[in-house]
Amino acid sequence: MNTTAGDVTDVPVRKSITVRASVDRAFEVFTDRIDSWWPRSHHIGRSPMKRAIIESRVGGRCYTEQVDGTDCDWGSVLAWEPPRRFVIAWQITPTWQFQPDLAQSSEVEVQFTPVGNGSTRVDLEHRFFSRHGAGAAAMRAAIDDPNGWTGMLPLFAAKAEASQTVGSEA
Amino acid sequence: MTSRSDSQLEALGDSTRRTILERLRKGPMPVGQLARGLPISRPAVSQHLRVLKDAQLVVDRADGTRRIYELNPAAFASLREYFDEFWGVALIAFKQAVESPNPRKER
Repeated sequence: MNTTAGDVTDVPVRKSITVRASVDRAFEVFTDRIDSWWPRSHHIGRSPMKRAIIESRVGGRCYTEQVDGTDCDWGSVLAWEPPRRFVIAWQITPTWQFQPDLAQSSEVEVQFTPVGNGSTRVDLEHRFFSRHGAGAAAMRAAIDDPNGWTGMLPLFAAKAEASQTVGSEA
Repeated sequence: MTSRSDSQLEALGDSTRRTILERLRKGPMPVGQLARGLPISRPAVSQHLRVLKDAQLVVDRADGTRRIYELNPAAFASLREYFDEFWGVALIAFKQAVESPNPRKER
């Protein structure tokens, strides 16, 4: 493991997955239907999350609707090229507020590539973590905090394994 | 763990300290350079740096007689680690949704 500052700050997270679906459908489920798979505990609202939304245009908002009727913005669309690619800014501050300044936000790019047999490879890159500044440490600490995004992974894994059950968590 | 998180949030709660962190985003810097243009004394800057260091938001090293401060790289490494795990799980959820024969919206 290399731990020099320059290397660590600029290494993006890259993930790929191949799905049995056309490029059009993969893009649509990822964006228009993001609510069908987005982890329910992954939001920055004060009340539980009701719905996840990505507005399908450059400049569109990425936000969640909360059960108390408020909206929580967490990003915006930087590039929109259906069905092959989109980029969103990840606009969350270390204290879990919306970050209006794009220069202090990281970016997520998702690309959809047909690989034959009606399948699509989805390549995701989350980059520019260093733009979150030193607040990144606090962000991580907040994630580990019982009041933060904690428990998301186990909760979500349970949800995924019981995918036939329709969401009635409360 | 919680105490470290608390000390970090507290460290970030001060606008001068946020300004210092902002400057350090451009790269490692000696105290003198960090203090330039700030409306507080150099000892006060050192005091703020101590708080940031205790909260593990910055690290320092000696360079001759000067001390050089920089953002703690571990901060980014651990955030990156978190997203690495998050996206791994999220993409599996996405795969299940996209391959499900009868995709539901909410309910």
